[in-house]
Amino acid sequence: MTRNYFQKGNLSLKDKIFAFDFTLFFLILLLGIISLVAMYSSERGNFSYYTQSHLYRFSIFFLLFIIISFIRIQFWYKSAYLFYFIVLILLFAVDLFGITASGSKRWISLFFFNLQPSELMKVSLIIFLARYYYKIPSQNVNNIKHIFIPFFSLMIPVFLVVSQPDLGTAVLIAISGLIVIWLTGFRIKYFLYSFIVLICLIPVGISFLKPYQKTRILTFLNPESDPLGAGYQIIQSKIALGSGGIFGKGFLQGSQSYLDYLPEKHTDFIFTLFSEEFGFVGSLILLLIYAFVIYRIAAIGNQSRNNFAKLFCFGFAAAFFVYVTVNMAMVLGLLPIVGAPLPIMSYGGSSMLSIMIGLGIVMSCKIHNQDDLT
Amino acid sequence: MSYFSETFQNTSRLISRRMFILSTLKVGVFISIISRLFYLQISENIKYRSLSDKNRFREWKLVPQRGIIEDFFGEKIADNTQTFQLHMIPEDVPNMEELFFKLSKMIDFNDRKRSNLIKRLKKRRPWETVIVSDNLSWSEFSKLNLFLYDMQGVKPVVALARKYSEDGSSSHIVGYVSDTSVTDLENSALLREINVPGLKTGKSGLEKLLNNEIIGRPGIQRFEVNAFGKRIKELKLVKGIEGENFRTTIDQEIQKFTSESLKDKSGSVCVMDIYTGDIVSVVSSPTFNPNKFVHGISEEDWQALIKDEKKPLINKPMSGLYPPGSTIKPIVALSALENDVISPKLVIECRGSIELYGQKYHCWKEKGHGFMSLRSAIKQSCDIYFYEISRRLGVDRMSVTAKQFGLGKKVLGSFNEERSGVVPNTEWKRKNIGKGWVLGETLITGIGQGYFQTTPLQLCLMIAQLANGGYEIKPRIIDDKYAVQPIIDAWREEFTFRNNNLDEHSPNLKRLFRNKENIKFVLDALYGATNEPMGTSYRSRLTKEYVYAGKTGTSQIRTITAEERELKLKQKDLPYERRDHALFLAFAPYKKPRYAISVVIEHGGTGSSVAAPIAKKVIKKVLDRHQLRKKYQLDLFQEA
Repeated sequence: MTRNYFQKGNLSLKDKIFAFDFTLFFLILLLGIISLVAMYSSERGNFSYYTQSHLYRFSIFFLLFIIISFIRIQFWYKSAYLFYFIVLILLFAVDLFGITASGSKRWISLFFFNLQPSELMKVSLIIFLARYYYKIPSQNVNNIKHIFIPFFSLMIPVFLVVSQPDLGTAVLIAISGLIVIWLTGFRIKYFLYSFIVLICLIPVGISFLKPYQKTRILTFLNPESDPLGAGYQIIQSKIALGSGGIFGKGFLQGSQSYLDYLPEKHTDFIFTLFSEEFGFVGSLILLLIYAFVIYRIAAIGNQSRNNFAKLFCFGFAAAFFVYVTVNMAMVLGLLPIVGAPLPIMSYGGSSMLSIMIGLGIVMSCKIHNQDDLT
Repeated sequence: MSYFSETFQNTSRLISRRMFILSTLKVGVFISIISRLFYLQISENIKYRSLSDKNRFREWKLVPQRGIIEDFFGEKIADNTQTFQLHMIPEDVPNMEELFFKLSKMIDFNDRKRSNLIKRLKKRRPWETVIVSDNLSWSEFSKLNLFLYDMQGVKPVVALARKYSEDGSSSHIVGYVSDTSVTDLENSALLREINVPGLKTGKSGLEKLLNNEIIGRPGIQRFEVNAFGKRIKELKLVKGIEGENFRTTIDQEIQKFTSESLKDKSGSVCVMDIYTGDIVSVVSSPTFNPNKFVHGISEEDWQALIKDEKKPLINKPMSGLYPPGSTIKPIVALSALENDVISPKLVIECRGSIELYGQKYHCWKEKGHGFMSLRSAIKQSCDIYFYEISRRLGVDRMSVTAKQFGLGKKVLGSFNEERSGVVPNTEWKRKNIGKGWVLGETLITGIGQGYFQTTPLQLCLMIAQLANGGYEIKPRIIDDKYAVQPIIDAWREEFTFRNNNLDEHSPNLKRLFRNKENIKFVLDALYGATNEPMGTSYRSRLTKEYVYAGKTGTSQIRTITAEERELKLKQKDLPYERRDHALFLAFAPYKKPRYAISVVIEHGGTGSSVAAPIAKKVIKKVLDRHQLRKKYQLDLFQEA
């Protein structure tokens, strides 16, 4: 296999550039700029550590996104399993020599960068499933023999991530995987059965939860029960959001974040910070940008000629949607605080890397739509 | 291939169909997120905005400036002064141990202070200011400032603190302030409301009595704070209200003089204006330095104060209770005259003792006084004569007069430490002791012994109300020109009636007598006691414009047994706590009386030998300062 995935194929570089989806390109750039504005505000108007680091990461990964866009889709099709297994090995590696921070082991040190493989698993699982189901006709999807591989390919990483422990990422991986499986035609009733089994397993599952995870769920049910303890984050986040009003408190004027009432303001609660300063209108605009990004990804999937690209785009659009909505629902007090970053906006290299790879593949699907997979 | 292509198409269609379902779901979720945002940011905006402000702003109260207590002439008895303090913000101190070591080299920071500070640090949050030392000397303060670069987290501060006059002559009446305790907070709603760290509160005397007015109201500093409570910036400053200043009727110069003349004795002196009721001087001895309490008294100083047998902390003029002894005799005589029990001409022979109801009652003069009239009995303080007239008068009528003249009830009323004493009568004994009155008790009550308990201030009021011609006065210690005006008007009115020999009297003054000749008689007898040979205080008399009249008293605190009488024990030979109290009441000058004085020396011996000489010195001082005092107040006799 010495094929040059950049040059060979049916398309010249010029064609590729013409086929490039500039709408998506500008939307992502816009999100990147907004994220830098929010990050700058989270540091009280100082261009220091987080903002700088976020800018570097965004620049590098945005470049990576463009590079990936020009790699032929066959490359991703062929290396889908490999990619998945590499990430899976990295997940095992985390378990063995990962870096522990604030009670959980999530990272492995790559010297210049601490990688969080669970974030990469988000995208690699979607590629894996897209590749797997590409060959299976929809009427065979519900065959027993075609259930095992997707099931284990989903359950193994989820189990590994839960044991880190990182409930939030595990839930996101599981949901995005399940959506892909469902899209291929997996019967609703099986989901129903497994849902019933899951409900029955909840009491067992709870016993495996860490105490802090239990309190988080209890706190979600009634945040005011412990306003200074576990409910603090939700309450302060709601205060920040609510006090923002229609037009917000203004750039760099968000008192809740400025005075440190807001926890995790540059990661999970970046939307709260943004919403406090730019209000309902600003949040609505941000939400629409996200919706438009998701729409573009889905539209690319819809135009795809092959089912691998289609499945991946649809799966990734769904996953992207889940990331955005879970994070927002969480900071809005609609879901428990599980630790889910907001794509592109939140500070965090691995999460951005994973999103950019995913977007790059989506773009590659668009550019190389006319290509054959084999 | 066609089959494959067909299934491919089928799969593609299926995926697209399911994607459509998913997209619908997505729109639903987005709408619910938008509606949640709408609810929080628009519907509930006001609620969350106020919650956010509650987060943001925090108010700090500032210690209000305490009002000043002045004497009659404006001299400051309780003042505020600069103190040098050392404040510390614990979270800014990089190494606490190192700082403590440095401090111990520079200021008085011993192990006790250190452990005390560590205890306080545990209760506070790390960003809250802690006062390390609140009373540094200038040299310590300047040393700290010099080495400040080497000590992070500490700040030398110039603050205000209470300062009392060093001599301590007014320590008891003015009282002192100290740190507000939990009990203080429990007892006062105002203190709970003010509740500023570092707030001092009055613990005794006027400081306690006037606490609510003198303490002021705290200022407010509003800060924007972060989630950890750290102040980010000051937003607003509301200045506090300074406490009210108070001018008292006390003459600090006389206080100092009196305190000096009571030095090394345990006792008290009260001086009162007999018309206005102004308390010119009220001194308790031995005294203490109230400044020591302001910054927390040290354990050894405290122990020294409470172990002293002369009880320096007790405000003796108000809370000391003594049998009045012979000083009650003018009242007993007056009561007998007013009730027409005896005539002043009644003559009784004193043989040194008398047997009544099967028991022997002694006169202080063993050999006896011989034949005594009422005047000479008061003058020479003959006990036998008074046994007889009290026997005829009875204790109940006697107690009515005594109470009229101010005994048995609080003089100022408002002071915490003031006690009311006891004026015994048959009903009192039945109620409080549960036994019937024994006639013999009437006799010893008649010479001011037995159940009789009076405070020096009551005795001063008693003699003042006799000296002013028998009118009720209301003693005051806080000077207020609005309050004194009607008193002066009433007296002027009364003097006009008197000078014109009219039988009317001012409706604003209450007469305590039935026949003013009786008062005159008693006052004349008191003149004799001081200014005629044989009088009990003849040796302490003053001449010319200082001529005064007074009554001595020696109150026993035990019964003298027959053996002791045989041994003729001298007071000096007795243990301190068994010696007699020496009392002396007087008014001056005799011709135009203006001031009343009571002197009580605990365990001092006889009234004539101990109390009267002190009174003599004080009277001279008071009269010397009368001209000066007159300039500060409307003159009573301007028109009279």
